Amino acid sequence: MSMMKNFMTWIDDRYPATKVWNEHLAQYYAPKNFNFWYFMGSLALLVLVIQILTGVWLAMNYKPDAELAFGSVEYIMRDVDWGWLIRYMHSTGASAFFVVIYLHMFRGLMYGSYRKPRELLWIIGVIIYLAMMATAFFGYLLPWGQMSYWGAQVIVNLFSAVPVIGPDLGVWVRGDYVISDATLNRFFALHFLLPFILAALVFIHIVALHKVGSNNPDGVEIKKGPKGNRWSDKAPADGIPFHPYYTVKDIAGVAGFLFIFAAVVFFAPEMGGYFIEHPNFEPANPLKTPEHIAPVWYFTPFYAILRAVPSIAGSAFPGVVAMFASILIMFFMPWLDRSPVKSIRYKGGLYKAMLWIFVVNFILLGYLGTQPTTDLYKLLAQIGTIYYFAFFLLMPIYSKMDNTKPVPERVTE
Amino acid sequence: MKKLIVAFLLAVTPMLGLAAGGGVPLDDADIDLSDQASLQRGAKYFMNYCLSCHSAKYQRYNRMAKDLGLTEQEVIDNLMFTTDKIGQTMNIAMTAEKGTEWFGNPPPDLSVIARARGVDWLYTYLRGFYLDEKRPFGVNNRVFPDVGMPNVLWQLQGDQKAIYKTEVHNGTETEVLERLEPAGEGTMSPEEFDQVARDITAFLSYIGEPIQMERKRLGVWVLLFIAVFFVMSYLLKKEYWKDVH
Repeated sequence: MSMMKNFMTWIDDRYPATKVWNEHLAQYYAPKNFNFWYFMGSLALLVLVIQILTGVWLAMNYKPDAELAFGSVEYIMRDVDWGWLIRYMHSTGASAFFVVIYLHMFRGLMYGSYRKPRELLWIIGVIIYLAMMATAFFGYLLPWGQMSYWGAQVIVNLFSAVPVIGPDLGVWVRGDYVISDATLNRFFALHFLLPFILAALVFIHIVALHKVGSNNPDGVEIKKGPKGNRWSDKAPADGIPFHPYYTVKDIAGVAGFLFIFAAVVFFAPEMGGYFIEHPNFEPANPLKTPEHIAPVWYFTPFYAILRAVPSIAGSAFPGVVAMFASILIMFFMPWLDRSPVKSIRYKGGLYKAMLWIFVVNFILLGYLGTQPTTDLYKLLAQIGTIYYFAFFLLMPIYSKMDNTKPVPERVTE
Repeated sequence: MKKLIVAFLLAVTPMLGLAAGGGVPLDDADIDLSDQASLQRGAKYFMNYCLSCHSAKYQRYNRMAKDLGLTEQEVIDNLMFTTDKIGQTMNIAMTAEKGTEWFGNPPPDLSVIARARGVDWLYTYLRGFYLDEKRPFGVNNRVFPDVGMPNVLWQLQGDQKAIYKTEVHNGTETEVLERLEPAGEGTMSPEEFDQVARDITAFLSYIGEPIQMERKRLGVWVLLFIAVFFVMSYLLKKEYWKDVH
């Protein structure tokens, strides 16, 4: 034991190992009233690790070459030892990442986790979300199936819709006039690079989180409450050390998540064509446009917004602007919400209704984005798009007029 | 507010039903991948009827031997017509250029066709050829209109003819294919032939993902392990959290 102690002293004299451990885990005090929704952060971190590890192993056998890519994926599925498992973990992981991140973001919306002093924490989160979308987009081209190819074609063409510089921009992104070997090669490079940037952003996200401390389902600032608990006189009374309390709790959360994750990986890796799309088992064919092109489910709400906005003078640019605006508007959340309270628990019926309709609307847009356009669907997508933006843009008004309830002094059980 | 959500969901639900439609109703393939005899028959039909125009270039013969409970010698003696190396994949001599010349399009590789099309589609397709003089090979297909492929199984099945019905859409009458009827005897009864189509479909499903049976078998153990791990971790959490008041 004393040898261990000597060893740690030796380390601590040269690197703040014990200090970091204490400040961020053993003596980092988190609110004691976290609920189900607070699993999502640690699960997102878990999925990021799964994606990076499985991704590196896939890259050992994958060939970023238009002639070989499709076959190399089948080679991984058939001839590489456990290749099928690594590949399914990666393809399921991509969807799982978006599932937990959407739930994580929804948690933020519910409990006002973007409000002062967590504005920057939220903004870093939105940047992480953007980086994730870019990573997923680049990665989806790699299997080089029909949907990979034509999905990328459609998305890159969005850049071509930008006035004046559009066509040149499209060529610059693709490295060619159509999606081709050059595009595949660079998308592979970017798909390999971005996850590490993502990991760095996640690190910054956690640094920001530990500066301000976690919010909680009551939206009460535990740092402003009374001091003193069984572990420390100076710590917030409603805080508990992250380690071991939340580490053991998160392990249980991880087990619950892995059960669902493994159920998909082993029993339904295609998830009915939503996680791995059926047309993607046909190799990319630049001469054969599929009847119906739709992005993977996690992009479809934004795709529905893109298609809902009518073209002006034959240019799809307004739709492109609307689509990017629908994502970028999230940056402004901290200043759009003018409610005197943070948490949905103490907000009034108006805000609750707006939020729940927003959720239903987001799912509806997501569904519409997977479907071919019809007159009815287009109208619904337009209504959905208007509501999507109204939720954000009218928030300063309805969050202010809402009848809020009194917020307790301390967190509730 | 809950009423509002319910009302909204009720308004949305009927659309979901509508969205499913389109195309010919598919018959249930009802394949059983644990039935090795069916897979072996499927392999036999596949090698004899499919693997001269269609390749399965990601599927190895020795992998098939192992998974279908055959010895490598049995495969070499009975099922290998296009190559003599058991470790090779199922390639064909016909080039894409020749395929385009003869059929209009190169016949697609069938390695993952079951994953692209679905087994019900394949089963319906294999049984869906009917006489149509307008087509170069004299046959058309109900689930794949104007397909370039001839009905290679016609000797087994016998010919089929299409029965049309008239449907009125917005005042215009259109002829719609209603069903197929036998138009000549094959060497097999319809039931026997359905089993042939089912065997081929099962085999295509197998080569689409050779690991799939093993994957599900393993999955049970993985889920059991995680379930036990979950119970342990939950109890551990409860024990620690006794401190928290």
